[in-house]
Amino acid sequence: MDNFEPKIVAFCCNWCSYAGADLAGTSRMQYSPNIRVIRVMCSGRVSPLFVLKALSVGADGVLVLGCHPGDCHYIEGNYKTMRRIPLLKKMLKQLGIEEERVRLEWVSASEGAKFAEVANNFTQTIKNLGPSSLGPSKQSSKEARHGQT
Amino acid sequence: MAKLKIALYWAASCGGCEIAVLAIHEKILKLAEVADIVFWPVGMDFKYADVEKMPDKSVDVCLFNGAIRNEENEHMAHLLRAKSKVMIAYGSCAYEGCIPGLSNFYNRQLTFDRAYIETPSTDNPKKVYPQTKVKVPEGELELPELYDTVKTLAQTVDVDYFVPGCPPEEKTTWLALEALIEGKLPPKGTVISHSIKAVCDECPRKKEEKKVKKFYRPYEIIPDPERCLLEQGLLCYGIATRGGCGALCPQANMPCTGCYGPVEGVIDQGAHFLSALSSIIDSNDPEEIQKIIDDIPDPAGTFYRYSLPDSLLRRARIK
Amino acid sequence: MKKITIDPITRLEGHGKITIFLNEDGSVANTYLQIPELRGFEKFCEGRPAEDMPQITQRICGVCPEAHHMAATKALDELFHVEPTSTAKKLRELLYSAFYVTDHTTHFYILAGPDFVMGPDAPPAERNILGVIAKVGLELGVAVINTRKQNHWIIQTVGGRPIHPCFGLPGGVSRAINEEERAKIEEIAKSSVEFAKLSLKVFDDVVLKNKKYLDMILSDTFTHRTYYMGLVDKSNKVNFYDGKVRVVDPEGKEFCKYAPREYLEHIAEHVEPWTYLKFPYLKKVGWKGFVDGKDSGVYRATPLSRLNAADGMATPLAQAEYEKMYSTLGGKPAHYTLATHWARLIELLYAAERLLELSRDPEITSPNIRNIPTATPDEGVGIVEAPRGTLTHHYITDERGVIKKCNLIVGTTNNYAPLFMSIKKAAEDLIKPGVKITEGLLNRIEMAWRPYDPCMSCATHSLPGQLPLEVTIYDAQGNELKKLSQGIP
Repeated sequence: MDNFEPKIVAFCCNWCSYAGADLAGTSRMQYSPNIRVIRVMCSGRVSPLFVLKALSVGADGVLVLGCHPGDCHYIEGNYKTMRRIPLLKKMLKQLGIEEERVRLEWVSASEGAKFAEVANNFTQTIKNLGPSSLGPSKQSSKEARHGQT
Repeated sequence: MAKLKIALYWAASCGGCEIAVLAIHEKILKLAEVADIVFWPVGMDFKYADVEKMPDKSVDVCLFNGAIRNEENEHMAHLLRAKSKVMIAYGSCAYEGCIPGLSNFYNRQLTFDRAYIETPSTDNPKKVYPQTKVKVPEGELELPELYDTVKTLAQTVDVDYFVPGCPPEEKTTWLALEALIEGKLPPKGTVISHSIKAVCDECPRKKEEKKVKKFYRPYEIIPDPERCLLEQGLLCYGIATRGGCGALCPQANMPCTGCYGPVEGVIDQGAHFLSALSSIIDSNDPEEIQKIIDDIPDPAGTFYRYSLPDSLLRRARIK
Repeated sequence: MKKITIDPITRLEGHGKITIFLNEDGSVANTYLQIPELRGFEKFCEGRPAEDMPQITQRICGVCPEAHHMAATKALDELFHVEPTSTAKKLRELLYSAFYVTDHTTHFYILAGPDFVMGPDAPPAERNILGVIAKVGLELGVAVINTRKQNHWIIQTVGGRPIHPCFGLPGGVSRAINEEERAKIEEIAKSSVEFAKLSLKVFDDVVLKNKKYLDMILSDTFTHRTYYMGLVDKSNKVNFYDGKVRVVDPEGKEFCKYAPREYLEHIAEHVEPWTYLKFPYLKKVGWKGFVDGKDSGVYRATPLSRLNAADGMATPLAQAEYEKMYSTLGGKPAHYTLATHWARLIELLYAAERLLELSRDPEITSPNIRNIPTATPDEGVGIVEAPRGTLTHHYITDERGVIKKCNLIVGTTNNYAPLFMSIKKAAEDLIKPGVKITEGLLNRIEMAWRPYDPCMSCATHSLPGQLPLEVTIYDAQGNELKKLSQGIP
């Protein structure tokens, strides 16, 4: 699709990758506007549920960005992410969602350029894949029950 | 005091929940003293037309088990909701979709192709498929339409309470029935069980530290009878499953499979288990992690074994 | 054409609908039994690890989950090329025997028994377990509840859970039993044998000694001459858990005998567009439609079929009853559908005796319950006798043991064509021009399918006892002509 503009959600950890994204911005680096950043304190905070939720409400791709292994502000958080995301991707594949729609990358606070590169690269990947087959879904029954959104 | 009017119905289910109601054994006499069963296709010969004749809200409580798989199931869900003051999703099928929900990995066409064409014992050279309306020499016959996607009861009608389990164990069933009989029902939307915590809370096995370097299939090892099964590398779902069953399966040396649904407050049981399981993988090396993950042959089917229709994604996407 | 619809039929596992088309003169033109549901196990099991199959497939039926669990576990043994330990086999058969005791008890007393014990013409208000108890005594009702409760305790102790057990693994079972449990099982088995003997006495007193019922059993309306199928051991005696499948022709001669992995040479399934369920038939005879006889591939797989297909029972008390039944019915094979209730009680006795035998086996408390498979899995077939008929599970996996293909032929499915034929014949014989369609008549049509024990238990003590039934008659334009109902407030 020629004018398909992917909607991409990027979960960025406060101490490293969010700062890296900030740096890209303040350095006036060009990167694709398709990225919607959501700041979390640690990439370890990114439950698989967040990724599924993003996909189910219409994200075409999800980025999870954290500190380099060994540099996590909370010591171990990003190791947990390192284990979760591959397992999540394997499960998504079984559910008919291409593994390439979810990506885990390490971006430090000083890597503004890397952030921009990842953003552009991932946007292109998603453009090639096309829109996700998940439209915005109705609220799941559980959300309706617990009043959560 | 007038007797309670109770209706029981099964949609796409196996009948285990009907047996589960009987599993209260002698307590059934107590129930019979205070309640009349006005509709129960498995045990009584009331027909759909009888339900249609009932005034709205004349049934005090409907115990509805089974998932919503075809138009007949859906019709009955709406009908019984209208006729009942209280609607209870009884058992895992009505609550989360349960095993019939695994059909959401596929769709109706793929299911039909397998059942009516591909299976090796099927003799169907003309490729006949079941139809919703069929002309026979004497007239016309109808079948209810099968849906592509299995739904839960709450995705179809407003549900007041949930009784978890596949099927609910005797004490869980009685907890719900006793609340009904005594008029002491909890707040609307409650999942009725003795526990809001995970199965681990009830499990007598010794828990030390959860660090797993390899996951095993249950037939590959004979586990230590005293120690936590998850720690021994079996995919025990207890950490992400609501308790109240008494942790029966781990006590039979088999890992919990997750049939009581998610722990209180959890939206997507499969995602929750995935997250917890990943945390205990004992490695920080990407290649080693990948190898450990490869030990799990069917993540989606294992994590969403009972809860696929109730998950955030509800079904697999099929190209 | 006028159309009578019974929807849904009740006291059946799952859903079913009967449609009777009437000619202008009021005689029956044709009768259809439609099954309006399909869950799709044969498809959604693809991609699942094979060791999950005992637990997934047992959710096909919550009344006989043990049957699926067992067929699946046996299929896994073959799939993984692993032989279960001797103790494991015995534990499996022990659990299976206890399961048969609960299931056959439930069916006879709560589901179909009232038709016989109270009689087809008894007032609907009495045609239920309450009526049975009133007629035969409260003590019996208590015995029914206790027998079920105690045998479900055995299922939970050996299998992990009372409904949907979890103990089956390729090469064995997950849990051994200790001496205390064994002793309790032995006590329960002893009282189950007594209970089975009592049940046969009830049947004798209430049914066999009543000429009207005996005539009904032997009447042509409820008779079909078909092939009969059942699992037999090496001496051709009935065995629920293991053996080869034996089929005899309508004259009782052995037609074929096959090991589980040969089932595809013998069984095929026919499809009709007006129902979701398929019709198995004998491949070597062929599908000739819904007809009886040696030239039709229709076969039955019920308790009576099992007794017809075997040369006897493997335990002494059941064997004596077996001989008594055939001498009463005039020899083997017995074609009387209603005699299935009698055969079921003989099986109840055999199951209890077998339970007792196994509980006394010196190996039964051994801790040696698992052999670990070492071979690469590929393909396996497991067959057991479900209470409702021969049950076949067939799995093909990849080298990791993940299911690629799965085929299931389930107990009641074997009997779909015979069910259809039994209902049709009863309708044709009973609904004749000028005959008033009464609730007793409708009940007799229902009695034609109940012996097959469609897979569900029912009843609580609060059964109202009426047979609420509504029959709507439409004319050729679909206008409602008449509505008959009973027991509907």
